[in-house]
Parts: sequence; structure tokens; C-alpha cells
Amino acid sequence: MTWSESKQEKVLAIVSKHEIRQTRLLQILREVQDEFHCVPKNALEIVAAELGLARTKVEGVVQFYSLLSLEQQGRFHILFSDSITDQFQGSRELMDYLSAKLGVKPGQTRSDGKVSLGFTSCTGLCDQGPAGLVNGHWLSRLNESRIDRIVDLVEREVPVSSWPLEFFHVEDNIQSPGLLLQSPIDQGEALKQLVREGFEEIFMEINRSGLRGRGGAGFETAWKWRFCAEGPEDYSGSSLVDKNERFVVCNADEGEPGTFKDRILLNSYAHQVFEGMTVCAGIVGAKQGFLYLRGEYLRLRPQLEAILANRRAKNFLGKSILGRNGFDFDIEIHMGAGAYVCGEESALIESLEGKRGVPRVRPPYPIDRGYLDQPTVVNNVETFAAVAAIAAYGGAWFATQGTDKSKGSKIISISGDCERPGIYEYDFGISIAEILMDCGAENTLAVQVGGPSGGIISGKEYHRKLAFEDLGTGGSFMIFNKKRDVLEIVRNFTHFFAHESCGFCTPCRVGTTLLKNEVDKICDGHATSLDLVGLSSLAKFIKTASHCGLGQSAANPVLGSLSHFPQAYKDRFKDVVFEPGFDLDESLETARRMSARDDPWAHLEQ
Amino acid sequence: MAEKLKIATTSLGGCFGCHMSFLDIDERIIDLFDLVEFDRSPLTDIKHCSEYVDIGLIEGGVCNSENVHTLREFRKSCKVLIAVGACAINGGLPALRNFIPLEECLAESYLTGEGIDNPQIPSDIELPLLLDKVHPIHELVKVDYFLPGCPPSGNAFWRFITDLAAGKTPTLPYDLVHYD
Ligand SMILES: Cc1cc2nc3c(=O)[nH]c(=O)nc-3n(C[C@H](O)[C@H](O)[C@H](O)COP(=O)(O)O)c2cc1C
Ligand code: SF4
Ligand code: SF4
Repeated sequence: MTWSESKQEKVLAIVSKHEIRQTRLLQILREVQDEFHCVPKNALEIVAAELGLARTKVEGVVQFYSLLSLEQQGRFHILFSDSITDQFQGSRELMDYLSAKLGVKPGQTRSDGKVSLGFTSCTGLCDQGPAGLVNGHWLSRLNESRIDRIVDLVEREVPVSSWPLEFFHVEDNIQSPGLLLQSPIDQGEALKQLVREGFEEIFMEINRSGLRGRGGAGFETAWKWRFCAEGPEDYSGSSLVDKNERFVVCNADEGEPGTFKDRILLNSYAHQVFEGMTVCAGIVGAKQGFLYLRGEYLRLRPQLEAILANRRAKNFLGKSILGRNGFDFDIEIHMGAGAYVCGEESALIESLEGKRGVPRVRPPYPIDRGYLDQPTVVNNVETFAAVAAIAAYGGAWFATQGTDKSKGSKIISISGDCERPGIYEYDFGISIAEILMDCGAENTLAVQVGGPSGGIISGKEYHRKLAFEDLGTGGSFMIFNKKRDVLEIVRNFTHFFAHESCGFCTPCRVGTTLLKNEVDKICDGHATSLDLVGLSSLAKFIKTASHCGLGQSAANPVLGSLSHFPQAYKDRFKDVVFEPGFDLDESLETARRMSARDDPWAHLEQ
Repeated sequence: MAEKLKIATTSLGGCFGCHMSFLDIDERIIDLFDLVEFDRSPLTDIKHCSEYVDIGLIEGGVCNSENVHTLREFRKSCKVLIAVGACAINGGLPALRNFIPLEECLAESYLTGEGIDNPQIPSDIELPLLLDKVHPIHELVKVDYFLPGCPPSGNAFWRFITDLAAGKTPTLPYDLVHYD
């Protein structure tokens, strides 16, 4: 089949808009997807030829990211968040409702090509769910009447840009601001301080503040920067400082289900985040920065671009920032395309380079060899926001709050069973019980701190504290009340990891699927105590043998619930030695029907 | 001399390659007979397991209802049940049909495929019905050991069985599980 010239030209235009650069491959493919509602084979070939890449390479990238598709999707592509909090708010039932009304099943495209449906891991709207995406744009607070209206708009082919704005309305929902959110810096305040006091002095302030990374792992920010500024050395041990370019990357992938605090920072504090990145650039000597924005946050992009333009106009970005010679820095926004693993810093860098987001072997760490193998700082959005505030107000302002090992405050995203979900900021050291009280959580069965990759805690532990030395979290805080079934939560998380495993290493690729099957077997009531033996050894194996943090934490939901809620498992076990995990008689049904049999030999007992 | 161990073997959805490989222990089969006696097996043509069997060797995955009954009979009789070879352990080659709906498989074979005379889906109570998916045996019964390979070598069989006969946990040194 020949492809019309106008289509070819469209693809070529997208490629040349991105300066025919391989590092822009993912960005190019996103735009192609947008244009054609899939990445057509012909487009794939054109892109590959133009960029000088093998077709299979390009195809591999398309297959990696869940927001890209080789198969034709509908002109309206609607995804529902499948995060556990959305599920508990009825998202699955709503999907059934929508699917019946539109006459198309999730995972399929309707034959007229108008609409396709699906699920996505998390949209970052857990506090205003059930939520979804239509052609990449947020849909919040879904309910039946809203779905009725959506169906009507779809059937009449009203373009998404003309849909009622209220469908896309997303609030910051800041319930309790603290240290950072209460005192945003004035635009340029941190940079002025930086230029006035000098890079070394501001670095010392950041060091004094004791700031640790807010993305989860909690590495000391000042040290990360120092290593990046100094390293790496060549084989003889002499510094390569002058030979390397440096990069600053803001990790706004925010893919951990239940986390949405970066959404608020980017929506209302973006200046401060960009300012933090610029401070970092000055200190480590970087000229180029990237904001890696998760694909699901597409709606934030135009306003972020506007803020960047504004900052350029004010010389907070660009050449000789605030008149300081040699202080050149600019920021580019790169969009993700629906892959949780791309939040892992080395996978993120691969993705920035336009590749599949497969985590690298570490060391070398990004501070030595990151983007294009050059020293790169990767920090979380909140870390950069804190950096800007520290540069403006001083290290002591920050360090006097929090605990000894966890200075300052933490912004957490609360979702699930409580009266007031939303954003809360606390000084580190706050107890779980206090948080639960604040947000109006009652009859709480369990709290998932740190998302699926974090840990589940039960009532006995609500005295524990939010801090790196006790309960660390990237920001996800999901509350479940006593009406919830722990195993349904475990099942959801286990499915999440199996879905998000990047497939690079066997323990995680195969292990997460085995884990999923085993948890399904338990939830479906086919398991016996014997299954537990296999389950625990499998879980431990995945944890120890996986290549990156995703696999290493994929078994946490199982291991955590086994130790905190063993009874939930025992209640499901059958009192037999062993039973198959699927319905045996049911699996003869097709053959029975086709051979028109129903005799006793055509059936099996479970 | 102590009583001989009873061994039973069968092939479910397998190609008999595992059984053939077992016979690659060659003349050691004579020594084997000092240790064991064969119960139900294609080698003896005994049709059912005795009430009590020490070791059951299963080749092949579970494809149909008859496989299920056979496997259950083995599990009931055998003290130690061993999944032998890729098919028993993972489903193996027959499990490639898992990617095609059973409906299509049967239609292609009996109704629409090339050169079919008198197209019809066989229907007779003597014929086992196909399961919609091929399963590794550990998804249907508890399995005690897995003997990997396609097929496992004669030496691997020898090692496994002599270990068990000696009352040891069977172990396979690297050279017996190294295939390339
Ligand atoms: C599977 C996985 C997902 C991650 N997702 C994120 C994320 O969405 N945002 C983030 O800031 N860090 C994420 N991280 C942590 C990053 O690898 C990295 O540690 C962090 O961005 C460093 O920034 P910080 O020092 O400011 O915390 C993730 C790690 C793993 C293993
Ligand atoms: S642990 Fe999982 S996500 Fe990480 S590299 Fe291995 S397969 Fe990929
Ligand atoms: S494992 Fe290999 S040799 Fe054994 S039955 Fe299967 S295909 Fe045949």
C-alpha cells in the first residue's frame, strides 16, 4: 500500500521540527501517535530512515511505551486509571458502563474507528478520581452522568478541545501546606541570592540544610551535586571536569500509584522548580536541563512552556543569567509516554535519549555517566523546589525542621478512604496516627506508605514516623478502611508490577507474572497452604535477583501483607493439599461444545 | 537385600523423547534393575499404577482430560513425583498452541484445513477432550522435583534416580544442566 503524500509530509514535518535528532525519537513518536492515533508502519519506516536508525529499533521503542501503539486506536482514545484507589472508587464498574454504552470492550477499537478504550496504571489524580485520560488529557471525577455526556460527545465527534472544561478540571487540593508550600519564593529570588553570594556559598547552604532527595531513595542532594561537579576522573585519577558537559534533569515522571504531589508543584510552583534546577546548573556547571514530564501530565505542558518562555524573557534562563558571565542554562521539556520504570533515573536517561526506558547497569551512576554519557544530576521535582527555597532562605531555615536524619518537610499525597484526600505537607517526624487524624481517616485497616513499591502497615504501627530512618516515602500515602480486602490491594499492586516490568531481566519479567498468577490463584479461592511455600520463596527470589528497583520492590506487597496480614491469606486457603489455579471443567467447555458432548467423560472435577 | 524401588513413568503431552533419553543410560539399565522395578510405564505396558509407587516420572504437559486423570493417578500412587523435561515443566512445544484459540486449532485441523475429507469434529466418548490451554504439570498437582532438559540427558536421569535410590536429595552438577 502506498501512503498518501500528505501523510508522508506530515511525518517528515514532525521529524524536521525535532531537528532530525535521535534523542528526540520518543518525542517524534508521540506526535506521530497524536496525528494518526497509532504509529503506522509507514510512519515508522520514514522516521527510522530519516534518523538513520534500524526500523526494529524504532518499533522497539513504540512497543515499550504504553501510550504508543502499533495498532490503530480510536479517534477518541479513552483510558481509565486502574490504580487501586480508582478501583475502590468504582472505576471498573464505570468502565463497564462506558463500554456497554459505546459498544466496545476495553483494549479494543470500535469497528468504525471512532473510539477505543483501555486501562492505564495511574493518572496521578487519585484524590479526584475515578480518573482517566481522553487523547492524553485528564478526565477527573468520573461518574455515570459525566460518562453519559462523554458518550454523547464521542458519538457526535466533538473534538476534545471543545469538550466542557469542567471535565478536565483538576484542583491542587492542598489541604495542609507546610514549610515549602506556605512560603513560595518570589520569582528570581533564589537566583539573585546565588549570583550575589556566589555558587560556593549557596552550595554550602544546601549542604547545611541536610536536604535529601524527595524522589524516594533519599540521597543527600549536596553530595550528589558535588560528585557530579567533580567527577568523573580518568584512569590516571586526574579530573575530567573541563572535558565534560553536564546536565540537570528534573524527574517529573511521578509514576508511583498514589503520588500526585509533583502535579501540584508543577501546576502552581513551577517557577520555583525551574529556579531550583537553575541553581543546580550554576553549581555543577551545566548548560542544559530537562524536565522529564510523565506522559499523563500532558495538560500541564503548555503552561510550563509559557513559564519557561517567561523566565527566558527575564534572563532567569538563557545566556549570562542575571548578568553573570558564563552562567548559561536552558531547560527543555521531554514527555514520557506511559512507563513507570522511566522514573528510575537511569531508565529516565535512556528515555531522554529517545530509547526504550531500560535501566542501566549502575555503577557508573548518572553523576558520572548520565545523559549522553556525561555527568548528570537527576533530582525529583520536590527536591528542586526545596533547593530554590533553601537558596533563598538559607540552610538553617530548613534544617531546624524535621528530624536529625531527615531535615525539613515532606509533601505527601493522600488518597483512599478518608474524608479529605489531597496534599499535606509535614515536617519529617510526624506520626502516621496524626496524619490519619488530620485527613479524617476512620476505621483504618492499613496504610500503604510509599505506593506499591513501599510498604503496608497495620494498626499496630500507626505510632511510626514519617522519616527516612523509619517510614520513607516518595509521597504516596494510601489509606484503606476495614471494608477493604487486603488481598484485593495486593492483587492490584502485583498486577501493576507485572504490567510495568520492562522485561529486561528474567527474575522480574518472569517473576512478576508468576507472582501475579499465584496471587490471582489465592484471590480466586483455589490456593492451599502449599501455595504459600512457593509464593514466599518466589517473592524473595524476585527481590534479591532483579536488576533494578522496580523488580526489587515488586514483591513488597506480597511480603508485607504476608507478615502483617497472614490471616487474610489463611482465610482463603482450601483444606486440600493442592488444587489447580483455574477452573478445570470450564477449560473443557470449548472442546465440549465443538464436539457436541456432555457425557460424564466430558467433564472434570476440580 | 532391601526391597526394590518401584518406578512408574508416563508421557502426557510429550514426544517420548524424554523416555528415549532415559534409555540412553545404556548398559547401566542392568545396574538400574538391581535397584528398581518398573511399575506402570510404556516400557512395561502396565496400564495402571500399583497402590504404592516410590517414584513417578512424568514427561509432557497436560493437554487433555485423559492427561488429567493419568496425572492424578500418578500423584495418588507416587511418593515422589518428578516433572521430566521442558514439556512437563513449562508446557513446552505443545503449549505453543496456547497462543491460538482452541476453537481455531480444532477448526483448522478438522474442518477447514487443506485436504480435509468429510470435515467434522471427532466426537466419541472414548476420545479425551482438549483443555483450552496446555498446562505444565505443577499447575495441576504438587510436584516434588523438576528434571530439566529437552530432553534431560541419560546421565541426568541416572544421577537423579541413583541419588533418590541412595536416599539423597537429587542434585545435578553444572555439566548436566549445561546445554550449549
Ligand atoms: C521503578 C522506579 C521508579 C521511580 N520513579 C520515580 C519518580 O517517579 N520520581 C522520582 O523523583 N524518582 C523516582 N525514582 C527514584 C529515582 O531513581 C531517583 O532516585 C530520583 O529521581 C533521584 O532524585 P532525588 O535524589 O531528588 O530523590 C524511581 C525509582 C525506581 C526504581
Ligand atoms: S527489575 Fe524489572 S523493570 Fe528492572 S530491569 Fe529488570 S525487568 Fe526491567
Ligand atoms: S521435553 Fe523435549 S524430549 Fe521431552 S517430551 Fe518435551 S519435547 Fe520431547
